[in-house]
Amino acid sequence: MDFFQIIGDYITKAAQGFADSFYQNFIEDNRWKYLTSGLVNTLLITAGALVLGVVLGFLIALIRTTHDKTGKLGFLNWLAKLYLTVIRGTPVVVQLMIVYFVIFASVRINQVVVAIIAFGINSGAYVAEIFRSGIMSIDPGQMEAGRSLGLNYRQTMWKIIMPQAVKNVLPALGNEMITLLKETSVAGYIAIRDLTKGGDIIRNRTYSPFLPLLAVAAIYLVIVLILQALVGRMERRLAKSDRN
Amino acid sequence: MIEIKNLEKAFGKLEVLKGITTTINKGDKVVIVGPSGSGKSTFLRCLNLLETPTGGEIWFEGQQINAPKVNVDKLRCKMGMVFQHFNLFPHLTILQNITLAPISLKLKSKEEASEQARQLLKRIGLLDKANTYPAMLSGGQKQRVAIVRALAMNPDVMLFDEPTSALDPEMVGEVLQLMKELAADGMTMVCVTHEMGFAREVANRVLFMDEGLILEESDNPADFFTNPKNPRAQEFLSKVL
Repeated sequence: MDFFQIIGDYITKAAQGFADSFYQNFIEDNRWKYLTSGLVNTLLITAGALVLGVVLGFLIALIRTTHDKTGKLGFLNWLAKLYLTVIRGTPVVVQLMIVYFVIFASVRINQVVVAIIAFGINSGAYVAEIFRSGIMSIDPGQMEAGRSLGLNYRQTMWKIIMPQAVKNVLPALGNEMITLLKETSVAGYIAIRDLTKGGDIIRNRTYSPFLPLLAVAAIYLVIVLILQALVGRMERRLAKSDRN
Repeated sequence: MIEIKNLEKAFGKLEVLKGITTTINKGDKVVIVGPSGSGKSTFLRCLNLLETPTGGEIWFEGQQINAPKVNVDKLRCKMGMVFQHFNLFPHLTILQNITLAPISLKLKSKEEASEQARQLLKRIGLLDKANTYPAMLSGGQKQRVAIVRALAMNPDVMLFDEPTSALDPEMVGEVLQLMKELAADGMTMVCVTHEMGFAREVANRVLFMDEGLILEESDNPADFFTNPKNPRAQEFLSKVL
């Protein structure tokens, strides 16, 4: 046997092995469906939690900055600070399990809904601080200018401060969105078949970890790339008032 | 029009205004001069309650404005304010900067407000900039837009807080020119400034402030600038003129 034949045989065998493994992990028994149905759950949880987190974070940030600027809303501010401390001070997977096994223990409820609530509450704490930093970054002269034109606090906040703050924090919000997507990979702890769990189920059936996990990782990466592109596009749209 | 009685303002233990009493009549062009830290800006900011006075009274058009339950927002519609750093809204076009308040406060329809804004921009020669953003304007242009933004509310009095201090020297003239035109139109103006030439030319009254008090008040600016009575005013003017 000459050298090239040895190499050729080796490549043929490797390709054959890969094809077998691919067939076994994804095609046989329609195992690819674990990944696609898992992806649907992952995206559902991420999208739901994102909406909940942004709404929650926005409200918390408004309470905190209004308190800082006007001295009002003392009790709500205290509550908001407690929320931030507890949520940011404990692991998300523990929060997820507490919500599912303790708070909703005696209620029949879809796990995906539970996950949306848990991840939404978690993300809200981070989004709140992102929004707050955005609001604080706006020159106090903007508030003064708005108020001196006769706009009230709420109108000034809504029409002058917030549009600028949101634009400033867009990269940080995009980052939070990406983090959230990846954090949902612990949803399997409350028996949700998300993308990660889907890959894990395949691994359990076929005893081959390489391809299922690689596929899971690749799918996350692709989703993140798509999210990044979306955020970049939004940033460019909001940048039109900058010097060109 | 504005009556100020024994106005005091303290930030914590720091007393910035220690009892200011004066009256600003309709049509007055009052210029406030004095060294930095004398409380000039704080005094001006008290007039539209950007700072809350800690003592004394301010009366505006027959109403005490530093009393509880006063509608501050309504009051501020009648008082235009121009800031040292312009404070244009960077996310809005020049036109939107001017129309935001009249439209938001439902004083004018969108069309009326835009039409008025165009008139104002035409007056300052910046109509072609209506749809650009503040970042694309020079400092002098920004300040002139800030002035007409305040004018769009049809205020009864205009407050100027060192309107030319942040400008490059060659842009000071265009802003002062616009202020002179306003003065000629009969606008009541209160202006904190370091532009002594402007003060001498336009003001009908000069207040000299130092350490939170009005030390000299003159109805004859030309006389004040050549013959100040108060020794501190003499010292100050000898340094700046």
